[in-house]
Amino acid sequence: MVGYLISLGIFTATFALFSLGLNLHWGYTGLINFGHVGFLAIGSYTTILLGIAGVPLFFAVLAGVVLAMGLSFLMGIATLRLREDYLAIVTIGMAEIVRLIALNEDWLTRGGRGVYGFPLPFAHFNPNVPTKLGMIALFWGVVGVAAWQWWHWLERQYGRSRPPWLLPGYTALLVAGTLSLWAALLPLSLGGGIATFPFVLTLVTLGGAIALMSHYCRPEKAAVLAIALNTLAAALVGLVVKALTLGLWDFSYRAGLLWLLILVLALGVWQLERLIHSPWGRVLKAIREDEEVAKALGKNVFAYKMQSLLLGGAIAAVAGSFYAWQLTFINPDGFVSLITFQAWTIVVLGGAGNNMGTLLGAALFWAYTALTRFIPLDGGRLEALRMMLIGLVLILLMMWRPQGILGKKEELSLGR
Amino acid sequence: MVDEPSLVSVSSSVSPVLPSDLLVATGLCKSFGGIRAVDHADIRVVRGSITGLIGPNGAGKTTLFNLLCNFLTPDQGRVIFDGAPISHLPPHQVALQGLLRTFQVPRVLSRLSVLENMLLAAPLQTGEKLWNIWLQPLRIRQEEQELRQRAWAILESVGLAAKANDYAGALSGGQRKLLEMARVMMHRPRMVLLDEPAAGVNPTLINQICEHIVRWNQEGVTFLIIEHNMDVVMSLCQHIWVLAEGRNLVDGPPSEVQTNPEVLRAYLGQ
Ligand SMILES: Nc1ncnc2c1ncn2[C@@H]1O[C@H](COP(=O)(O)OP(=O)(O)O)[C@@H](O)[C@H]1O
Ligand SMILES: [Mg+2]
Repeated sequence: MVGYLISLGIFTATFALFSLGLNLHWGYTGLINFGHVGFLAIGSYTTILLGIAGVPLFFAVLAGVVLAMGLSFLMGIATLRLREDYLAIVTIGMAEIVRLIALNEDWLTRGGRGVYGFPLPFAHFNPNVPTKLGMIALFWGVVGVAAWQWWHWLERQYGRSRPPWLLPGYTALLVAGTLSLWAALLPLSLGGGIATFPFVLTLVTLGGAIALMSHYCRPEKAAVLAIALNTLAAALVGLVVKALTLGLWDFSYRAGLLWLLILVLALGVWQLERLIHSPWGRVLKAIREDEEVAKALGKNVFAYKMQSLLLGGAIAAVAGSFYAWQLTFINPDGFVSLITFQAWTIVVLGGAGNNMGTLLGAALFWAYTALTRFIPLDGGRLEALRMMLIGLVLILLMMWRPQGILGKKEELSLGR
Repeated sequence: MVDEPSLVSVSSSVSPVLPSDLLVATGLCKSFGGIRAVDHADIRVVRGSITGLIGPNGAGKTTLFNLLCNFLTPDQGRVIFDGAPISHLPPHQVALQGLLRTFQVPRVLSRLSVLENMLLAAPLQTGEKLWNIWLQPLRIRQEEQELRQRAWAILESVGLAAKANDYAGALSGGQRKLLEMARVMMHRPRMVLLDEPAAGVNPTLINQICEHIVRWNQEGVTFLIIEHNMDVVMSLCQHIWVLAEGRNLVDGPPSEVQTNPEVLRAYLGQ
């Protein structure tokens, strides 16, 4: 259970980080990037190959970032002055080239056989009790700040008249829901079925939490949906928080990895939010809307697009390092264009141009993947069914809520 | 038709550049495929003036604007702004020289608030440089505060303050025109090219827009205005250039241009 949740947490956080890069490109700058996985691949391969060569992991990651930025720079030079579809085409090509190089340059990447046995962070790390407690405390600090931000954001978005006991009441129900969900799933992870009583308790508490919040919100269906999904995501995050706390205590390499990843993700979101709300971010949004206007007002559109492209690529490269460390084995099959479209799904699902939406999108996407695992079908068919279902979800989303779960409806209905 | 004597000068050339000229363009040409949209056009705008640019639809006025601020590269000809050639500069650099333009169909950034539209326009902000966000956060915050105040003041002066926090996309057509002009003023321009500021705007708002233009002009901004509404042109402009089929027809003071037979002929399409 702990191991499974930690793995799930690592995947979610890796994809969240990865998708944040795409969100910077597409959501905030309007750059169409259909080859995001290329940056992931470069980050992965550079990190592990340099790691094998004995370079300290921090510098190996840094090298991947630099390489990904170099490649973005070349693509940017070639296409950013042209119409926007050129970038789309070139990014697809770049991602395929990177994958084919990984497949064919055997001397460098060991081709299709893949690379394994590379150095991992925390692999030989045996923390003593104070260190463990420190790590847990730091993690809880991040969780606390994030929860506080999330609550404020939820309130700003949906809250109207708020009685003082709403926050403690909602939190209590949420915690109870999380704990009973844990109890309900525990037998499942041991090979049994779902424990009935805790599961019912989960439904009741989470349902209560959703009803409670919805009652004090705008009486709007979309808000209820968003609150429900937020509550669900919060419960899932709660599961991971519990798992990671236990995992850090009985220290395992993966727990350490998730711990590090969450710190990186938190740092990334924090800084991205800062950038987006700065004058720099304002110019990006202006370019997304109408680059002629930005030009007419004296903004060097090319330079801003380039910076966005580089930064988003760098973020994806960092995600690539964690991607490799989580898998502990990588080969070119891990970098097919499907990964790019998973990131697009995450960004569109949560609402493009919204970092919180991207986080929520990642959580929901991996919750979806984890849940569909229990559909009794063989691997190939299950994969196909998953794709069909997510496609269906996207179609329905485009029909009823094209701005994404957290996107603002007003923004869509605005004519030019 | 050039042989016909006329009251106003037929502008074959605008050189030499006088110190009183803020913008001088000579021999500008632009073709789109086979169409010569602008054909050896000249224009001269005196410092501190409000100058008009008129001509029938399709005369090439908007194209000429695009050439002046390098949104389009001219096939031929050159543009001198404040004594220095600007034809080689990319459009954003032209703007940074103080030569700003608005668009014929107003282009507001719909998904940004009215206030954000204004803030965006201020040139060379510290916080527009990525690294300054980490290096000079305090200065950025202070600058934002100042910009906000200035933006509010301008919005108030054009009567958009009440809309400051609305999405710009929620504004009416006339309000968008106002916002576009206000936004340009946020840049502290030396010269502004206005493309049909009164088109599709109700009469009350037209009067307001004219008043704003006169006020900004008194504050030292030079204007070059494309406009079809003759009342507006005649009341605002000290000098008018007439363009037809991409070429200069005549130029002169409003009273003379208005009565010029060639101008009438061009407008009546004979
Ligand atoms: N981007 C373009 N591509 C092709 N033709 C154009 C383009 N822009 C303008 N034109 C043509 O150039 C001529 C002048 O257009 P324009 O400058 O918009 O005229 P005006 O603003 O005086 O009404 C028109 O015949 C128009 O069709
Ligand atoms: Mg025009």
